[in-house]
Amino acid sequence: MSQATLRVQKISGHAGGVPGKDTQREYTVSKLIDTTTCIGCKACEVACMEWNDLPFGQTVFDNTYQTMPETRWNYWNLILFNEHEREDGALMWLMRKNQCMHCADPGCLAACPADGAIVQYTNGIVDFQQANCIGCGYCITGCPFDIPKMNPETHRVFKCTLCADRVSEGLEPACIKSCPTGCLHFGSKDDMKELAEARAKQLRDHSNFPHAGVYDPPGVGGTGVIYVLHDASNPEIYGGLPKNPHVPWSVKLWKGPLKWLGNVAMIGGLIGLFVHYLRYGPKAREEEDLASRPEGGRT
Amino acid sequence: MSQAEQIIPHGHVLRYTLRERLTHWVAGFSYVYLLLTGLAFWSPWCFWIAVILGGGQVSRMLHPWAGLIFVGAVLYMYGMWAGQMRYTDIDKAWWKAVRYYSTNQDDKMPPAGRYNAGQKFLFWGFFWGGILLLLSGVVLWFPEYISWNLRFLRYLAIIVHPAAALFTIGLFMIHLYMGLFAERGAFGSVIRGDVSMAFAKRYHPGWYQEITRQAAAPRK
Repeated sequence: MSQATLRVQKISGHAGGVPGKDTQREYTVSKLIDTTTCIGCKACEVACMEWNDLPFGQTVFDNTYQTMPETRWNYWNLILFNEHEREDGALMWLMRKNQCMHCADPGCLAACPADGAIVQYTNGIVDFQQANCIGCGYCITGCPFDIPKMNPETHRVFKCTLCADRVSEGLEPACIKSCPTGCLHFGSKDDMKELAEARAKQLRDHSNFPHAGVYDPPGVGGTGVIYVLHDASNPEIYGGLPKNPHVPWSVKLWKGPLKWLGNVAMIGGLIGLFVHYLRYGPKAREEEDLASRPEGGRT
Repeated sequence: MSQAEQIIPHGHVLRYTLRERLTHWVAGFSYVYLLLTGLAFWSPWCFWIAVILGGGQVSRMLHPWAGLIFVGAVLYMYGMWAGQMRYTDIDKAWWKAVRYYSTNQDDKMPPAGRYNAGQKFLFWGFFWGGILLLLSGVVLWFPEYISWNLRFLRYLAIIVHPAAALFTIGLFMIHLYMGLFAERGAFGSVIRGDVSMAFAKRYHPGWYQEITRQAAAPRK
């Protein structure tokens, strides 16, 4: 735990400085998901459950390959299957492994009021500390990807940890290890970005995907999980991957201007009332009323 | 109760019935709890309040329930007082002269009734503020059940709730200041229920006239 504190570079709901800021030099890590080579085998889903000891949950059969409609508090990694008809009439079966994106500018962390319930390690991994979580669910509202999920019984929120425990030991996340096609890669953000761009260029130049590109949305400062997409101009077709995700404006407004305005107003109000009392005092002295106070007979 | 029965011997007059006082304190205590826990969620610098009040989890769990109690009390107040809180021409004149009120020149104020325009503003402020806090609070209570398609509700609630809370905090500070410090005798009126005739005459001349006139009139 003390080690983890030293590796924290952003922390939620914390008064004052960040405990571990600038104490360690680490690579920003990243997971690369090449959707163009994903075969939808769900090995990553199983590996996630195995490594994280997640229980076997009820699947939801909807006559498709979809395991369940969305991630759950105890099911952090889910491949989304989408059938998409291209303009030229060709059918594309899109598969996108969905999980926490580990934003550089995490909306969940910005919205969280509980001290240390959400942290971002110096390697960029965004992790929930359930012991500190108060179950308010603000992270659910702060997240532009609909990832944090609440355990309805314990009122704690859970999500993908990017296998922070494995990564801190120099191992790759469990999902990466299980991928049979090599569509998953793990390494430094710079390396993954380079690899992704090279793959996207290959798709554009040689595979007739002129809009192929890398999904690393700048609205959230870039993400710790980046995608290679056949059509980066239209990420929505991959199970609603937002085109330009950002921390919701109302969360920014609330944590920014409203907070300053509110604090100034509250403290200014207290000072103002105090000064008003010093200047003008009570409207009338108590003695004037005491003269006519009854002996008894209250109602 | 007729107005005449409000006059108590020894120059005192009943200002708030037991029912009114109880409702006031149900709202008052629940509001203070809401304020303290709310401040804890508002800023990390106030999170220690939640720690003192049993921890963040307990505060998060009880805050919505206290909210229901508070709004319930406010709605009950609406039933009791809405009729008396109507905005009148005297209130219009009162607001025009509010600078005299705030500088303790009460003799220059138009004759307020049982409630002056400021108190009416406080009432309606807490009423509408309470409604906004309730509506946004319900969303914040169960964010996990608001579907992704309806997420704008969460975005709206997360800004409306603190904004409405700040508005009521402003009202609350002035309310406390008036009741505890500025108008001596006002705090007693919401504990014991009575105020002196001098108090009634000084701060609520319209109301004072009404009760003394009715008391003087022969009973039928």
